[in-house]
Amino acid sequence: MTYAIELKDLRKSFGKTEIIRGANLAVAAGERVAVIGPNGAGKSTLFNLISGRLHPTSGEVHLHGERIDGMKPYEINRRGLSRSFQITNIFPKLSVFENLRCGVLWSLGYRYTFLRFLSGLHDANERAETLVRQVGLAAKRDVLAINLTYAEQRALEIGVTIAGGASVILLDEPTAGMSKTETSHFIDLIREVTVGKTLLTVEHDMGVVFGLADKIAVVVYGEVIAFDTPEAVRANARVQEAYLGSSVADAQGGLH
Amino acid sequence: MTTNPTTHRPKKTSHLLVWGSFALVLVAAPWIFGSSLALTILSQIGYLIIICLSYNMLLGQGGMLSFGHAVYTGLGGFAAIHAINYVTDHAVPLPLVLIPIIGGLAGAFIAFLLGYVSTKKAGTTFAMITLGIGELVAAIAMMFSGVFGGEGGITTNRTYGTPFLGLTFGPQMQVYYLIAVYCFVCTALMYAFTGTPLGRMLNAVRDNPERVSFIGYDTQLVRWFAFIISGFFAGIGGSLAAINFEIVNASDALSGMRSGSYLLFTFLGGATVFFGPIIGAVLMVLASVLLSEFTTAWLLYLGLVFLIMVMFAPGGVASLIMANVRVARFGKLHRFWGLYLGLLVTGLVMLAGVSALIEMIYHIQLNAAMGPEVKFLGMQLDTSSAAAWAGAIVLAVIGGAALEFVRRRFARVWGQAQEEIETEIKRKEQAA
Repeated sequence: MTYAIELKDLRKSFGKTEIIRGANLAVAAGERVAVIGPNGAGKSTLFNLISGRLHPTSGEVHLHGERIDGMKPYEINRRGLSRSFQITNIFPKLSVFENLRCGVLWSLGYRYTFLRFLSGLHDANERAETLVRQVGLAAKRDVLAINLTYAEQRALEIGVTIAGGASVILLDEPTAGMSKTETSHFIDLIREVTVGKTLLTVEHDMGVVFGLADKIAVVVYGEVIAFDTPEAVRANARVQEAYLGSSVADAQGGLH
Repeated sequence: MTTNPTTHRPKKTSHLLVWGSFALVLVAAPWIFGSSLALTILSQIGYLIIICLSYNMLLGQGGMLSFGHAVYTGLGGFAAIHAINYVTDHAVPLPLVLIPIIGGLAGAFIAFLLGYVSTKKAGTTFAMITLGIGELVAAIAMMFSGVFGGEGGITTNRTYGTPFLGLTFGPQMQVYYLIAVYCFVCTALMYAFTGTPLGRMLNAVRDNPERVSFIGYDTQLVRWFAFIISGFFAGIGGSLAAINFEIVNASDALSGMRSGSYLLFTFLGGATVFFGPIIGAVLMVLASVLLSEFTTAWLLYLGLVFLIMVMFAPGGVASLIMANVRVARFGKLHRFWGLYLGLLVTGLVMLAGVSALIEMIYHIQLNAAMGPEVKFLGMQLDTSSAAAWAGAIVLAVIGGAALEFVRRRFARVWGQAQEEIETEIKRKEQAA
C-alpha cells in the first residue's frame, strides 16, 4: 500500500553531528500520529526534513508514494502537505481574514495573478470566512495578527496551516505555552479541523498525546524507536526505559 | 500608528470622493498656480508621483529596499527618447501620448532581466545587489556614448509628426496634462494592484517570506513579478521626465544620487500608507526646486529633516496624517491644537537659530571672499561679529529647550489619548 508519509532510512547531519540517524516511519492516510521524545531527540528536525525546510543528508521521504525529499517547501505544499511552526509563524501586519485568505489562494488556483481583484474571488473569500469561524476568531476578523493574544495567534497559525486544504498536516508543538484549559479547547479545535486528514503532531503533554493520537511515534536520539498504538507504546519496555517512565504513569492517572 | 490600507477598505462613495478630488486637483492645479515656474513644478510632481509610487511597490508593499530604482526610470527615459527620435526620423505614425508606454515596457523588460538576479534574495542581500547593479548600469552607460550620449546626454524634440487631437505638445501646459493623465491612470492602476492576489502575497512576502513558501508560493517569483510591474511604472515615469525635459543624461538620470532621492522621499512621504509616496513626490520637487532657491545648504537641511523623521516618525508624513485622522475620528483632536501651535512656534525659533548658524558657517566656508555679511530672512548677519553668533546660539538653545518642553507635554497627552482610544475600541469590540 502507499502511505501518506513514508520515511526510509532518513539521515541528517549538521557538520559532523548526525541528528537524525536512520529514521523509518510509515503513516497510513487518515492516521493521527503523535511524535514524542525527549528534548533534542530530533522531532522538529524530522518535521523540517519532511516539509522541505531542511534537506536530508541521505534517505528518502515519500508523500502519497511520491518522493519529495530535496523539493522546495512550496513544491511539497502544492502536493498536499502543510505544516505549522513551534514559534508562531503568521503574517503580523495582515488581518486575521487576510492571513487565512493568503493560505487559501494557491490551492484555488489564483497563483500570481494581478488581473483580478481579491474582493471578486468569491470562493476564496467564502473559504476564508469559514476558516475565520472555524478557528474561533470571528470577533477578531479584521484585527491585525500582531494584535492578537498568544492563544489566538496559535489558533490562526493552525488556520493558515489547514487553509489550503492539505491532506497531510504537520503540527509542531501546537499547544506549547498554553494553559491547561486553553490546551483542551485547542485539542478539540485540532481534532475538528483535521477530520479525515493525516495528522502528525509533536506534543509534550502526555494527556494530549494519549487523548488525540491513533498512533504514537517515539523518537529518541534521531531514530524512531517505536511506532504503535498508545496502549502498545505504553507497554513497550524499550520506550519505558528510554524515555517515558513516570510521565506515562502521570498521563494514565490523568486519564482515568 | 499606521493603518493598513489593504485591510481597512473605505466604502464605495468615499472611494469615489477620493479619486474624484485627486482628478480635480490634477486638472485644476495649473489654473490655480498660473506661473510658468508653477507649471514646471507641477509637471515634475506628476511624474515623480508615478516614480515614487512604483518605488513604494518595492519598499512599502514588498519590503524590498532598492538602491537602484533610477536604473528603471532612467533606462525607461532613454527608451522614450530613442523611440521619439526613431519615430521622427522614420515618420512612424506613433503619437507622443503612447511613447511612455514604450518607456514602461522597456523598464519592465530591464526589470525582468535584472530583477531575476536581485529578487533571488530579500533583505540586505537584495539591497546590496540593487546598489551594485545601479552602479554597474551607470558605469556602462557612460561607456556607450552612442546609445547614452555620454556627458551630454541624448536630446530630442517632442513636437514631431501631425498634432494628436490638435495637441502639438509644444506648450508646457499640454505636456503637463499628458503627465497628469498618466499620473492619474498609473496611480489608479497601482492602487488596484494592492487589491489583487499578487499584491496581497507581496505583503505576505514582506511580512514573513518563510511562511509564504509553506502555503504554496515561491517567494522569489512573487518578488520578481512585483519587481517587473514596478519597473513598468518606473519606466513610464522616466519617459514622462524625458518628454518633459527633452533630454536624458546618464550621469544624472541613472545616478545613485537619483536612486537615493527616490528612496529618501518615498520614505519621507510614508512607505506604510499607499498615498505616502504622493506626498513624498511633492516634497521632493518643493525641496529641489524651491528650497535650493533659498539656500545653498539645502541638502544639509534635507539631511536634518530625514534624520528627525527617521527618529520621530518612521512612518513618514502619511503616518502622521493617519494618526491624527484617527485621533480626530474619536473626537480628541481639539486637545492638540494648542500643543501643535506650541511645537510650531518653538520649532520655528529653534530653526531660526540653527539655520542662522548653518548659513553663517556656510558663508565663511564658501563665500568669505565676498565679505562678512550674509543675508538671512531679510536681515544682514555679520559673520565677524560675536553678537550675531551669540544671538543665533541663544535662539537655537532657547528654542530647542522650549521645543523639548512642549514635545514632552505633547507626548504625554498623545499617549493618554491613544490609551483612551484603545479602551474605547476594546469596549466596542466586546459590545459587538
